[in-house]
Amino acid sequence: MIDDLFDEKIKDLELKAVQARELVLETLLEAGSGHSAGPLGMADIFIAFYFHILKHNPKNPDWAERDRLVLSNGHICPIRYVVMAMAGYFPIEELKTLRKLNSRLQGHPHRTALPGVETTSGPLGEGISQAIGMALAAKLDAKKYHIYCLTSDGEHQEGNTWEALMAAAKYKLDNLTVVIDRNNIQIDGFTENVMPLEYLKAKYEAFNWHVQEVDGHNIRAFNDSVSQALAVHQKPSVIIANTIPGKGVDFMENKFEWHGKPPNKEEAAKALDELRTLQGKIEKGQ
Amino acid sequence: MLNSDLKLNEKMFDKDVALDATRSGYGKGLVELGDTDPSVVVLSADLTESTKVEEFAKKYPERFFEMGVAEQNMAAIGAGLGISGKTAFISSYAAFSPGKNWETIRTTIIYNDANVKIAGHHAGIMTGPDGATHQATEDIASIRAWPNIKVFVPCDAIEAKKATIAAGKIKGPVYLRFSRDKTPIMTTEDTPFGEGKVQTFWNPPAGGGNPQVVIFGMGYLLYQALLAAKELKTEGIEVLVANVATVKPMDEQTVVELAKQTGAVVSVEDHQIAGGLGGAIAEALAKTNPTPMEFVGLQNVFGESGTPAELIKKYKMDKDAVKTAVKTVIARKK
Repeated sequence: MIDDLFDEKIKDLELKAVQARELVLETLLEAGSGHSAGPLGMADIFIAFYFHILKHNPKNPDWAERDRLVLSNGHICPIRYVVMAMAGYFPIEELKTLRKLNSRLQGHPHRTALPGVETTSGPLGEGISQAIGMALAAKLDAKKYHIYCLTSDGEHQEGNTWEALMAAAKYKLDNLTVVIDRNNIQIDGFTENVMPLEYLKAKYEAFNWHVQEVDGHNIRAFNDSVSQALAVHQKPSVIIANTIPGKGVDFMENKFEWHGKPPNKEEAAKALDELRTLQGKIEKGQ
Repeated sequence: MLNSDLKLNEKMFDKDVALDATRSGYGKGLVELGDTDPSVVVLSADLTESTKVEEFAKKYPERFFEMGVAEQNMAAIGAGLGISGKTAFISSYAAFSPGKNWETIRTTIIYNDANVKIAGHHAGIMTGPDGATHQATEDIASIRAWPNIKVFVPCDAIEAKKATIAAGKIKGPVYLRFSRDKTPIMTTEDTPFGEGKVQTFWNPPAGGGNPQVVIFGMGYLLYQALLAAKELKTEGIEVLVANVATVKPMDEQTVVELAKQTGAVVSVEDHQIAGGLGGAIAEALAKTNPTPMEFVGLQNVFGESGTPAELIKKYKMDKDAVKTAVKTVIARKK
């Protein structure tokens, strides 16, 4: 079980999410390539996981009893790296090495490069399957940790995703919770134009999953949905988190053009200005 | 004559030579591993009986996972198990795994360094009547380029069991290649498994003259090479026949030594000649000791339906094809 969130803690997490967005932009600017929209859109959820939901130990990333957080859509790894650094897995300074030679922060995350990264990912549609393998192993070993798998909406166009959904339901994996970043964009455009995914909720229900839909920027609501998912028996759970790609930066929000590129210097300055204003407002309780 | 040091099956040339399929050795090896190692889990993609994992599934149902017809999912679930303390064996036909799920294996097992063994069954044209769709003849080529994988191709059912057990004791990715039909048993329980080693199964008797060619064989076709060696001897041509049970990492030192000793090389494999055993041998030789070489295998065509015996004759992989290759390469030496 995870704790309920009180107002003071919510404010702290919201502030951290804005800081994470700032770090994402600075990190992408330094890297000179990478994805912007997805990492910004998932900042609230990553902060909620690393600073409230997960049982983990940044000083002992391989702790056997830790909850597993599998990132299936590896391309949004800048937000994972940023939040891991904020949580103390490695120095913030190391974020500057993203996508550079000899870095532990590979352009798409690599398990054996950086402790705390649970799987190598990037090629889409493979995360849920690996999370299922972990969940089966946990059941065999009677372990109590939970396996979370973060996925994109676009990767539900991969056949492997649906193979995995069948298997998780077959094995009644109630120690597995999938979170979908439902931001409606992918590289070539809006998901519903590229290859429609709706009705996603009904599809999961038809695959015998426990389904919730939530505002992916409302940390309290998201936390409550995870609490509910943990209470489900004999079924895997999915949380469809409706998010705004590029969240927090008005000229990036909901623009699929920002899926796969970093900001330039001017764009980063403008975006950071906006986020710092927001940060100030949260700090003052406005 | 047969290398007595390896304690090979002395009755292998008898008319009633014992026959068994390498896939049966896999099934037996899995049960033995399961008995001693609780971390061993087995996954199947709707081919439980024909990949011979049935016995393991019956004995250890809680450690057996039926994935249905979903090879990508099987590979990635295997990866999840393999990075969670399990020793996962994923079983299907090689045409589908690593055929259909190649990138899934590359990312989630090989690069991810997951403790998973990929068992590719029904390899080669000897799969027979099912036709070319089910005859994996490019599997070695498609995975041999990967770093971080070992590749075992056992020559008979006894060696297949040993290869399976050896794979289970290795931490990390291993590919095991098996074939469908019953084929002659060349080794015995006492023959050491050639993990990482090329083993000379046949050489001239003491004082019998210098061997003129070394034949490197992989899998069940090694028997055709041995039959060829026996007949060539009666024609006054002495050769070496070596079993390459470990195709990766290649035992380059022995390959070069045997090539130097003979000055000519023939490779024999039920696989496309591009990128397979012959390719691996040629890569090793080109670096330090370029040697005339002939390649027995599938010559840039697909197979078809037929019996294994018909197919290896038509596609020139039988003992007669090996003999022709030996004579051709000897002629090239001059």
